[in-house]
Amino acid sequence: MTDLDVTRPEFIRKGNTSNTFGVVEKPLSLTERIYDINWVRKAFIILVLAVIWQVYASYVNNVLLFPTLLETFRALIDGLWSGGLLKRAWFSLSLLLQGYAIGLLLAAIFTGIAIGTRIGQDLLETLTSMFNPLPAIALLPLSLLWFGLGSASLIFVLIHSVLWAVALNTHSGFKSVSTTMRMVGRNYGLTGTSYIIKILIPAAFPSILTGLKIGWAFAWRTLIAAELVFGVSSGSGGLGWFIFEKKNQLEIPGVFAGLLSVILIGLLVENFIFRVVEARTVRKWGMQS
Amino acid sequence: MANPATVTGAHNAAPVPHLSVEGVTLQYKTKEHLVTAAYRIDFNVLKSDRFVLLGPSGCGKSTILKAIGGYMKPVEGKIALKGREIGKPGPDRMMVFQEFDQLLPWMTVKQNVTFALTASGRLRGNAADERAMQYIEKVNLANFVDSYPHMLSGGMKARVAIARGMAMEPDILLMDEPFAALDALTRRKMQDELLQLWEDTKFTILFVTHSIPETLSGRVHELLFADEVEAEATHD
Repeated sequence: MTDLDVTRPEFIRKGNTSNTFGVVEKPLSLTERIYDINWVRKAFIILVLAVIWQVYASYVNNVLLFPTLLETFRALIDGLWSGGLLKRAWFSLSLLLQGYAIGLLLAAIFTGIAIGTRIGQDLLETLTSMFNPLPAIALLPLSLLWFGLGSASLIFVLIHSVLWAVALNTHSGFKSVSTTMRMVGRNYGLTGTSYIIKILIPAAFPSILTGLKIGWAFAWRTLIAAELVFGVSSGSGGLGWFIFEKKNQLEIPGVFAGLLSVILIGLLVENFIFRVVEARTVRKWGMQS
Repeated sequence: MANPATVTGAHNAAPVPHLSVEGVTLQYKTKEHLVTAAYRIDFNVLKSDRFVLLGPSGCGKSTILKAIGGYMKPVEGKIALKGREIGKPGPDRMMVFQEFDQLLPWMTVKQNVTFALTASGRLRGNAADERAMQYIEKVNLANFVDSYPHMLSGGMKARVAIARGMAMEPDILLMDEPFAALDALTRRKMQDELLQLWEDTKFTILFVTHSIPETLSGRVHELLFADEVEAEATHD
């Protein structure tokens, strides 16, 4: 107890005031700040890739196999100018939105039943584990048989691609809501639907948002793939069909333009719509870093 | 087999108990066992009491609190608040937990308190806002009304939870080791603050803790001791 080392006596350090020492806050240099902007770095990468593409394609010099970036852009602008590409993209998107909306509605119903009852939960778990690994596109032949050549069979496949991903994530989100938070909700006297809407859904929102994103990505891929197999319904088709047509007409720059628009739409939704929703919800709430 | 916590603390023969717990036995099921957490507990809490349930971890005191909160039904016995038997959770018995996630992360400090008032139907609109602000000021968080819980320190979160509980002006405030997750200095400060708040408003508190110093600083009205050895036996 008295083993105090006399060579190192106790001391109490007095706090410094900030004017007695140097830098507290120093602005970063301009290059550091520019380098810190996410999209600037990504734009730079895209620029480099674009240059590589252009140089390599000029070297190959074969429009049928690998058109240059400029030719692709020309085809893209032509497509946009003539209105063909926009109409196709809109056709795809409107189909997608219908499938997505119905898929979400069904997912909501399924998870609603699942939180209400034990058997509902078993039902949802069994169905998701059965159907989630099944690629939606594999159902296309059946869907064509049942619903015929047309939008209905595409929407059916889309629903399948959205429903299970969203239901699975929402359900596991609900299940992981902490006991304390549930008890707080019930303490306010909330029950039934108001309890689900006011406590469970916001508390599980990070998982729900993940489900929505996965569902969107699945649906978009499935749709383009399905359209490649068949796209004609009453004389119009979507982006997938545009790509297929251009390939048949050996307009390879058009094929590239189609692919580019598929990528662009995917990026737009992911980086603008979902990014904004994320920033305004889960990030702001500190539920996701 | 398990012989659970028994009450050995004496209590006053009170004229009108605010909260009465009579011969309450509580059991819950785990995957393997049926655990008796409390056996034939009796106590009365009077209005404006600061009643402390003291006992070691796992002796069933939190379970008693949960039963009073209405989250659990007693196997036998009766719990009554102001003469009415307790059935389900309700805003007349506000809980303050020790976990930091008791605040809803998607709401600001003010919204957390206001939401408690509106969701339970106690107050609405401006009245709820005013009441919320009044209690947020009481816990010295007026500068943080628009902050989200993840921006606050542990002590501040505990203060919001207390403000929320008090803003509801419940018949009884149930606190389940509300300061257990805080560091020693903050805990000490919070205990003093809570005592000060009690001096101001004289609300009824039922406080669960395993910390004897906490009990002493709370100036105990009544102690409920649990048998440590037997309590541990119930847990394994």
